[in-house]
Amino acid sequence: MKLIEGDRPERAVSRRGFMQRSALGVAAIAVTPAGALLNASEAWALDVKGLKPETMKTLILIARDIYPHDKVADKYYAVAMKSYDDKAAADPKAKAEIEAFVAALDGAAGAGGYLGVGWESQRVALLRSESQNPMFDQIRSGLVVSLYNNQEVWPIFGYEGESYSKGGYLERGFNDIDWL
Amino acid sequence: MSAKFDQNDDSVVVIVGSGAGGGTLGNELAQKGVKVVILEAGARTEYTDFVNDEWASFIQLAWKDMRTTSGSWRVHKNFPNLPAWIVKSVGGSTTHWAGASLRLQEHEFKTESAYGRINGANLLDWPITLADLEPYYARAEDKMGVTRTNNLPGLPGSNNFKVMKAGADKLGYKECHTGRMAINSVERDGRNSCHQTGFCFQGCKWGAKWSTLYTEIPKGEATGNLEVRPDSHVAQIEHDASGKVTGVVYFDKDGKTQRQKARIVAVAGNSIESPRLLLNSASSKFPDGLANSSGQVGRNYMRHMTGSVYAVFEKPVHMYRGTTMAGIVRDEARHDDKRGFVGGYELETLSLGLPFMAAFLDPGAWGREFTTALDGYVNMAGMWIVGEDMPQETNRITLSDAKDQWGLQVADVHFDDHANDVAMRNHAYGQGRALYEAVGATRVFPTPPYPSTHNLGTNRMSEKPRDGVVNKHGQTHDISNLFIADGSQFTTGGAENPTLTIVSLAIRQGEFIADQMKANTI
Repeated sequence: MKLIEGDRPERAVSRRGFMQRSALGVAAIAVTPAGALLNASEAWALDVKGLKPETMKTLILIARDIYPHDKVADKYYAVAMKSYDDKAAADPKAKAEIEAFVAALDGAAGAGGYLGVGWESQRVALLRSESQNPMFDQIRSGLVVSLYNNQEVWPIFGYEGESYSKGGYLERGFNDIDWL
Repeated sequence: MSAKFDQNDDSVVVIVGSGAGGGTLGNELAQKGVKVVILEAGARTEYTDFVNDEWASFIQLAWKDMRTTSGSWRVHKNFPNLPAWIVKSVGGSTTHWAGASLRLQEHEFKTESAYGRINGANLLDWPITLADLEPYYARAEDKMGVTRTNNLPGLPGSNNFKVMKAGADKLGYKECHTGRMAINSVERDGRNSCHQTGFCFQGCKWGAKWSTLYTEIPKGEATGNLEVRPDSHVAQIEHDASGKVTGVVYFDKDGKTQRQKARIVAVAGNSIESPRLLLNSASSKFPDGLANSSGQVGRNYMRHMTGSVYAVFEKPVHMYRGTTMAGIVRDEARHDDKRGFVGGYELETLSLGLPFMAAFLDPGAWGREFTTALDGYVNMAGMWIVGEDMPQETNRITLSDAKDQWGLQVADVHFDDHANDVAMRNHAYGQGRALYEAVGATRVFPTPPYPSTHNLGTNRMSEKPRDGVVNKHGQTHDISNLFIADGSQFTTGGAENPTLTIVSLAIRQGEFIADQMKANTI
């Protein structure tokens, strides 16, 4: 499975996909006729090999609801969750487990599934009802690394990362605070 | 050209571990002409290969071999197989430490006398006093280049320090400065000065922070009397019919067992592995493990009353820029039971990068309450609380049923807070909050203790053999040629970071061992 970035991929996009392109958040992710996920406004697409595309899309929203950061684009939540598609493609048992977890949430959500629940607080309530499920903590604890250990995410939070190659911070603001 | 000793050479001193205790002892003995083999479980990663990346560095340096945990401490719930964040690499935890180098206070050597009887606490006076250790503290401070000693200037104040200082001033604290740090504020001892790089915990790529890896060990090797064998995991200490230790069995990097004979063995594997090794060395003559006639091997495990306070402000701090331990408030380190607890605590600045902040700020937490805290990351300041926790016999290292990659029983670390620990921590959280709010913090996070970076007490010093494991020289009461050289010797923990005391004890122990060897008494 790969995350393709940059120019919009040459793919036929359905009318529904076109309509969704202008929406915010995960609603802006379209499922293409080829079964991939496409976010035109953020300019990335994701081939989904192991899971159902709707399941992958739901996992991206679940990831955001567990660790919501409004300034962090969907692309980073997608990257953080892609290992679940890899695992599902390699192992039918893993695939069944993750599909079952998402299906349970969809069932609890009612018509329209988890993706159709409008308010974050309502979706968080659904997650809370599943929080004793070991799959929930597996996803949550995996995100601690897969989301926050992504070097592309760090600048969004203002974390500057590696420092030695730049000579440390002695000449780069280690004591520049000016508001005390 | 460093030495290479024969495995059948029973005239060598074998030291298990190469950190603050083992590395220092090895060099001290080598300088005196004693032949030493240091067996280090970890690899030899030189400081030029350290990485400024929290998770990658953890994978490179941290002890990740199996351990189990038990007890009511939160570490057991959130990190059941990671009781401690310490090192498996040549240099031990001196590669990872922040550099804080404080002497224990006079009363902290005699807490049973000073604090009185505390229910549930196994307090005991050390068999040495501050006066006994002072000459060695002075030598250690010179060896390590501790700032504010030996005419060395203090390090300059970073943003994180400036926030602490401004708050400390508002609260009326009198002793707040950039610390007594084993980090070169000027070039010294052939090593760079500090460039405020901010990845102290990931190993100092400048070599500015003192670590046995690039000080004691190469100095010892240069004498021709010290051999360091990395990737050598000691499994068992062997003894003869009279009870004298004769050598050790270890696994080499190919997983083959090797034996190194020894005249003397000194164990310095830090406070979880050292008692584990003694317990795993049980024999028909010593069914409870080596040197354990008192039953105290593994007991009295202390990790300092720890905890952190992070605070978010309205404007940027960039606390990650610069040294991790960038400043200290010492006013609360006194013993003053009017506060509702015995013993005291130091407040020391702390910083984590975004990846580790996400992991440790509130382990297990999720949702907007947590993420809005991380959204304030660049506006955060932080401090770590280091306080004296009570030794309890039930806080202990025992052998778990779980086994490691060599088939050896691993250590289980059992810990419950003592009421004194809780009272002290709550007081410290309150003071930390007050300090940050005094300079405008909008949110304050009392952060629970991380996997322990200070691990003490599990082979403690005692006057009487029935109360502990070693005497005032770190020599085990039961076996005259078996020594302990790490922080597991500590009778009590004090409020201060332990490394300076470990190094000082190792210098003193080196004198004792060399004298005894010359006199042929061991």
